[in-house]
Amino acid sequence: MGEKKNKVYPYIPNSVPEVKAKMLEEIGVNDIDVLYEDIPENLRFKGEMDLPEPLTSEYALKRHVEQILSKNQTCREYISFLGGGCWQHYVPAICDVINQRSEFLTAYAGEPYEDHGRFQSLFEYASMMGELLDMDVVNVPTYDWAQAASTSIRMAARISDRPEILISNTVSPGRLSVIRNYCKPVLEINLVECHSETGQLNLDDLTSKISAKTGGIYFENPSYLGCIEDQGKDISDIAHKHGALSIVGVDPISLGILVPPGNYGADIVCGDIQPLGIHMHYGGGLAGFIATRDEERFVMEYPSRLFGITSTAVEGEYGFGDVTYERTSFGSREKGKEFIGTATALWGITAGVYLALLGPQGIQELGKLILQKSQYAMKKISEIKGIKIPLSRSAHFKEFVVDFNTTGKTVKEVNKALLEQGIFGGKDISTEFPQLSNSALYCVTEIHIKEDIHKLVQTLSEFLD
Amino acid sequence: MGMNIKRKIRDFHQAKWDEPIIYELSAEGERGILMPEVEKEIEEIIGDGISKLPENMIRKHAPNLPELSQMQVLRHFLRLSQETLGADLNVDVGQGTCTMKYSPKINEQFATSLNLTELHPSQDESTVQGILEIMYKMDLFLREISGLDKFTFQPGGGSHAILAMVSIIQAYHESRGESEKRDEIITTIFSHPSDAAAAAVKGYKVITLYQNEDGLPDVEALKKAVSDHTAGLLITNPEDTGIFNPNIAEFTRIVHEAGGLCGYDQANANGILGITRAKESGFDLCFFNLHKTFSSPHGCGGPATGALGVTRPLLKYLPVPLVEFDGEKYYLNYDVSDSIGKVRDFYGVVPVILKAYSWVMSLGSEGLKEVSLIAVLNNNYLLKKVLEIRGAGAPYAKGRHRIEQVRYSWEELTKETGVTTEDITCRMTDFGFHMWSSHHPFIVPEPFTLEPTESYSKAELDEYVAGLKKVAEEAYENPDKVKNAPYNSVVHKIDTASLDDPSKWAITWRAYLKKCKRKPGNRII
Repeated sequence: MGEKKNKVYPYIPNSVPEVKAKMLEEIGVNDIDVLYEDIPENLRFKGEMDLPEPLTSEYALKRHVEQILSKNQTCREYISFLGGGCWQHYVPAICDVINQRSEFLTAYAGEPYEDHGRFQSLFEYASMMGELLDMDVVNVPTYDWAQAASTSIRMAARISDRPEILISNTVSPGRLSVIRNYCKPVLEINLVECHSETGQLNLDDLTSKISAKTGGIYFENPSYLGCIEDQGKDISDIAHKHGALSIVGVDPISLGILVPPGNYGADIVCGDIQPLGIHMHYGGGLAGFIATRDEERFVMEYPSRLFGITSTAVEGEYGFGDVTYERTSFGSREKGKEFIGTATALWGITAGVYLALLGPQGIQELGKLILQKSQYAMKKISEIKGIKIPLSRSAHFKEFVVDFNTTGKTVKEVNKALLEQGIFGGKDISTEFPQLSNSALYCVTEIHIKEDIHKLVQTLSEFLD
Repeated sequence: MGMNIKRKIRDFHQAKWDEPIIYELSAEGERGILMPEVEKEIEEIIGDGISKLPENMIRKHAPNLPELSQMQVLRHFLRLSQETLGADLNVDVGQGTCTMKYSPKINEQFATSLNLTELHPSQDESTVQGILEIMYKMDLFLREISGLDKFTFQPGGGSHAILAMVSIIQAYHESRGESEKRDEIITTIFSHPSDAAAAAVKGYKVITLYQNEDGLPDVEALKKAVSDHTAGLLITNPEDTGIFNPNIAEFTRIVHEAGGLCGYDQANANGILGITRAKESGFDLCFFNLHKTFSSPHGCGGPATGALGVTRPLLKYLPVPLVEFDGEKYYLNYDVSDSIGKVRDFYGVVPVILKAYSWVMSLGSEGLKEVSLIAVLNNNYLLKKVLEIRGAGAPYAKGRHRIEQVRYSWEELTKETGVTTEDITCRMTDFGFHMWSSHHPFIVPEPFTLEPTESYSKAELDEYVAGLKKVAEEAYENPDKVKNAPYNSVVHKIDTASLDDPSKWAITWRAYLKKCKRKPGNRII
């Protein structure tokens, strides 16, 4: 026991017994337990936490963790066609170099003096996103697209002072679930139909549902099902005519080639920056953005940190700081806008690095490449006997639905067969979208080479034959 | 020469690159990275891909992103990183409540391994058994640490976990047909601002209890606050003052008797691991910030995790999916009868969970307890030393000890010299230190909050105290020196007035160019 008590921990310098004793002496007590005098006996935990024996050597820990992680099979060994809210794109080496820098990795909430670089990086991230989105205000990123959409919706409701939001029924079911919880019980959420052949929003249904209580209409472009919505202007016009806001969720990696939502009337734009240089991390790489025009009525409704550029006591020197801090819950607790806390700043810095690397030409070429590869995959898959591409009357970006109804096999069976051949087939959306029963959502990006697509098509053909 | 050990203050200057905004570094035509060429066969069959798009959806002009070669991008961001201090580089005890501790590098290696980074969340469960095992076992660890019965990792931070707690509290009352009547959440002024703010998001009226002369929320005030309108209590303990509320079980009892639920904000549990738990204090819900107590780095403000636990009766309200084990394999369980739905897409910030798991595995039960004991030892040592500094005070609980942090005050120094907390914060950066004031509103006058965690050596704590002492002495001898600081940081005194002025604030470079009527272009250095 005596030996155990004298254990010294590499992460805990003052676990050295002599140091401990010296510090206790300085404090004027003889045991650390005395320092806990305010915790009553009946609240003390008397038992032992039942945790595994520690792996105190770094080597043993490494063996242990690596052994567990090696049970995973990844999208590197398998060819993956999974998307649906988290996507496999190429991550440039420099993105990882920058987000692993000790300074960025371990900083937190320092002042704009000693953390000047944190403020500038996030300001630059917002600046580049602003160009991509053609908007003048972009927040320090929030948790994910789902949160960004939820907050965009709450902002729209506050700006319009109305209690209802309409949402396209093809938005991501995961996101919709987050939105519903976040808005409950303050806002009423109602869904608007989409055309079953095109995936485009049904304007008649929108017109019939929008009313004087509607604060905004939220749709996604490209939609969760990959369809490009080309009636953005009409939807925004209908919203504005009724005094509501137009809120659009967007995949930022599409904006080298697709028109940014602000250009077709969107007032608030949101989405996820995970495609911009951030690994999937089993869904842990998500981070949400919100963007608006630079109008006080919008800016004052953000709950997020907004970093602004300003001057300093030295001529020509840039300084940074929080724009309208009192607006936030840090400044005003429950009187502030929603709430703010630690979210995903490091992914924001990473996305900034990504956009700086790609530049205007890179983001255009990438968009084009994704279009070409996904259209090629769609065409090849559609040629397989029994398979249908149900929404093919719309143009798509990156993702598309594959219908297995007439193949005699379920998506589950298909995906099992693909798995055996080293392929992660598209995401099974049979339960998410019952109207598209027995269908899968396929995702094709710049990481897929021609041979990957051929292997998929061949494996599918053989299995379904 | 090196540092004068006796003097203990560094002759410090932070890296200052006078680094331009990235747009000022842009040079037409430069490329940072190239994407793969499309295969000939694909191009022949598909064409450019763009012509298939509806005409009105084709972007006519490329987005105005900067144009830089690769090394130039790297250098720019490396310089910006050097213009950021970071906990790896400084004695980061000055961000009290934030638990700035060592984030072991080996855990970063795990979290950046391809076996994690290249996993897609919709992969077949058979291919993700490793990561599900980590998540499941981390849940088991937290059950032991809290005494509660099940954890979810979906919330992406402490505030997000608070939102999830409030959502569960609301769902619970809804299931009993009382959600409309029970429309009040009670919290305390020294609990995190989000305990109040996230409750308001869910439509609750917020009742905030203030501290009594001992710095603690008052039992009598709580008794007056509860009624059949009470939905629940959200409370931090120890609060931001570092004082443990000895009446905490009395608090939960009173709220339970009024029909409410109790949520424990244990974002920072660094002083109480293995010492006292949510269960024994009578809580129904609690959360831990894995990026604080459990060592995952803070990343300039995330990615993060607020691991949320509940007692058995509340299990059916947890967000879906839950990670379960059937004795053979790990799986995602969507069958949760009264689930609030989801609070985040997919399953949480998985790399953070992995880092926390690895940290617990390296320490075990005894090691976790040692973390807390030393964090408390360090804090009380620091308390002793700070109180020896002229002009510094620690309101409340005079002569008593604190848990893991202390909210101090420069009130006396400000009265005597005119130098404020904000001035001292600026001057501290000249010595490579950060000193945080506190959450608003400033209940403690001229506040500053220190939390030394377990990670810093006695010599490092002495160095930080020497920094505070030096600045306090300057305040008495030459107050202007402190008021005009910083001098050796990255930038000088910042003009903050424009940040609250709609005609001047600029949140992006393009907004700045418009408002300053500046033409885009390269800055001449």
